[in-house]
Amino acid sequence: MMEDGALLAARGLELHFGAIPALDGVDADLWPGEVLAIVGESGSGKTTLLDVLSGRMRPDAGHVQVRSADGGVSDLGTMPAPALRALHRSDWGFIHQNPRDALRMRVSAGGNVGERMMAQGSRHYGSIRAAAIDWLQQVEIDPSRIDDMPGTFSGGMLQRLQIARTLVTHPRLVFMDEPTGGLDVSVQARLLDLIRTLVARLGIAVVLVTHDIAVARLLAGRIMVMQRGRVVETGLTDQVLDDPQHGYTQLLVSSVLSA
Amino acid sequence: MTEDTMTDDTMTEDTMTDDTMTDYTFAYLDEQTKRMIRRALLKAVAIPGHQVPFGSREMPLPYGWGTGGIQVTASILGRDDVLKVIDQGADDTTNAVSIRRFFARTAGVATTTHTADATIIQTRHRIPEHPLHEGQILVFQVPMPEPMSKLQPSRAETRRMHAMAEYGLMHVKLYEDITRYGHIATSYDYPVMVHGRYLMSPSPIPAFDNPKLHRSAALQLFGAGREKRIYAIPPHTDVVSLDFDDHPFRAIRAPHACALCNDATTYLDEVVTDDRGTRMYVCSDTDHCTTRVAAQEAA
Repeated sequence: MMEDGALLAARGLELHFGAIPALDGVDADLWPGEVLAIVGESGSGKTTLLDVLSGRMRPDAGHVQVRSADGGVSDLGTMPAPALRALHRSDWGFIHQNPRDALRMRVSAGGNVGERMMAQGSRHYGSIRAAAIDWLQQVEIDPSRIDDMPGTFSGGMLQRLQIARTLVTHPRLVFMDEPTGGLDVSVQARLLDLIRTLVARLGIAVVLVTHDIAVARLLAGRIMVMQRGRVVETGLTDQVLDDPQHGYTQLLVSSVLSA
Repeated sequence: MTEDTMTDDTMTEDTMTDDTMTDYTFAYLDEQTKRMIRRALLKAVAIPGHQVPFGSREMPLPYGWGTGGIQVTASILGRDDVLKVIDQGADDTTNAVSIRRFFARTAGVATTTHTADATIIQTRHRIPEHPLHEGQILVFQVPMPEPMSKLQPSRAETRRMHAMAEYGLMHVKLYEDITRYGHIATSYDYPVMVHGRYLMSPSPIPAFDNPKLHRSAALQLFGAGREKRIYAIPPHTDVVSLDFDDHPFRAIRAPHACALCNDATTYLDEVVTDDRGTRMYVCSDTDHCTTRVAAQEAA
């Protein structure tokens, strides 16, 4: 079912929480270097879809196929747990809405950035530290803060630290769950700018969940609009947002104050 | 039927000959418990460094005093064994004296303070200076068997990490040490990789003793009573201390010679001798020290 060159393909995903359909026949494709936004209101199944696509949750029905770095295709449902975990700590990344969920708050900023390198077998302190300094600079954190605890960082800095920690191993695919949620507007703008620059420069594919149409417009090339577990509209971001076809998308676009 | 003949019927030929057996089963624990612990030990030896759960029993001493080690010793003790018990290297401290007396009374086995003469050595926080030989068994008392417990509080998660050999986290701890102190400041309970597979806590022995774990001729058994875990290193197994390429592992000792036997290679205790800060350094292994002093006096 997977097309040549696709990084990830999902077909017929179904997931019910009791009587509530969180996913109801969802298909999705992702190509290398592409940013795909999943938008919709709360409870529409966006985060559930992200969890299923990343293998953190199993669907009741349907398949998710992924292409590994060596070109082989495997099914997430049948992939052994060690292989999935290895994928998550090297080839993939996950950016949580709350950076405190992902960071080790009792480990210094440098240790947080270096953790994925050490998990992959880096055993040279000097090079781990050099990479940490480099990545702190890339996410616009003063490298002199490398030995500070994340607890002394502001919310925006924590989110940037999480991005550095995730990207240090050069993943090909990053899942982001509301990466700018809970930040004030000026910090959001700066963070979005940073994400856009990094993603474009490194050619990372991103699946981005957001309820904020403006975030999707700024970052994503393609967009999926979800409502009650179904994908109601999908296409190029500008096309969908400038000329929404589905009633729900029209409502969503018109509800934004100055989109 | 008298009580004596009843006992004769139920006891094995081996245990009949000993008077101490009227009060206790040989070596205190009942036979079914020892059997259960031996099965855990066999599994532990078969999977070096892997923590095997076991049904830890209440022992007549508090947790933290060696309940795990004492159960392992009780399960492997035979009538012909010679037992040595050390606490921080010393044969004459409270913990060592009471555990040695416990087994002398409940098993009637011979005890010794000489490392070379012992067949089983139960230890808290040290490995004897005298090299161990084939056939000897070293039993460690372990307070916390999980080396990653301070980094990952969930035991379910650490078990998963062991299963998948995901040990990057332990290097994060060493990274933090170097960042904060300029060197790896972990001086005891220094994590090791056993047989290239399992990350293991060597119990709170000084890092100085870590090289002695590597390819030791003796069988090394670890018992954690409160945490209900047993693990083992079979003889001649590779045990490697974790480190970084540019910050290699170092076995640290105080840069002095022993004030009593003048040995400059052993692990030393620092003893404060008055209230003006005067201190002396003496061997932590009392058997090693007294043996050397006796040899020097004889010469």
